[in-house]
Amino acid sequence: MSGLLSEGLLANIGRQAPPRTELATRRDIRKYSIATGQRLRKFLEGDEAPPMYHVALFWDVVELDQLSPDGVSIDALLPKFPLERAMAGGLKIDYHQPILAESWLTAHRTLSDIYEKEGRSGPLIFYEVVMEVVGEDGRAVLTEKTTRILR
Amino acid sequence: MSLVDVSVGQTLPEREYTPDNIQLFFYNAVLWNAHRIHYDLPYATDVEGYPGLVIAGPLLGDWLTQCVLEWLDADGALVRFEYSNRLASYIGETLTVGGSVTAVDTATGEVELDLAVRNEAEEIITPGTARVRFDTGR
Repeated sequence: MSGLLSEGLLANIGRQAPPRTELATRRDIRKYSIATGQRLRKFLEGDEAPPMYHVALFWDVVELDQLSPDGVSIDALLPKFPLERAMAGGLKIDYHQPILAESWLTAHRTLSDIYEKEGRSGPLIFYEVVMEVVGEDGRAVLTEKTTRILR
Repeated sequence: MSLVDVSVGQTLPEREYTPDNIQLFFYNAVLWNAHRIHYDLPYATDVEGYPGLVIAGPLLGDWLTQCVLEWLDADGALVRFEYSNRLASYIGETLTVGGSVTAVDTATGEVELDLAVRNEAEEIITPGTARVRFDTGR
């Protein structure tokens, strides 16, 4: 370990973003389904959202002056890391019930872990963000864990 | 597809995708993703050093779920899905999405799948796994 992670940085584990509530409109589900090349009619007609639709629904809608010159928005949930170049990432999602057209959904995001590993060409920082999506009745819709790697 | 027809080692129907600028534009527009590596070719190549316009990572993840759901044919549900973006891919490439059955639990109706997006060099660029639950009528 090269000790990249200070106590102050690790103190961010557990930090939560303000909850976000969005409406999954039929129109937006249809756009998502066409853009991703879906072939099932229930998705193309917008009755139900495809399993990865929540990625689009909860992508940050930022204003132009909040984008960096490369066009990327800054995730306010994340602290400033000592490594900044993003490598591969992954998602793990548990599904509890489908997202139907015209349903309101709320996402709760938590920075759940930060850790360091030694990679082949130097140290790597991993961080994990858990997003719990619930419906209007408070029932769980899905739980997503994103893992990202910085080098 | 019904649970009695499922066995370990069985492969899921493959599908080829050749994403173009239009599809990638639509996808990033739907997300509100302005990352220039997806639409600004001089930026992607000269500044970031990529050989072309980069296919968005979660789009590849979406394709893995399509492979699962088209195979399931509404006879079950996706209960868990996991993937990681290991290698980048670019506009102009043809990518193949497929999978296979790795475990079947006839008691619970749950089936485990291995999934992959492969490029033309047969490299796995986006591996994944999924768990589906078939309707067992109980």
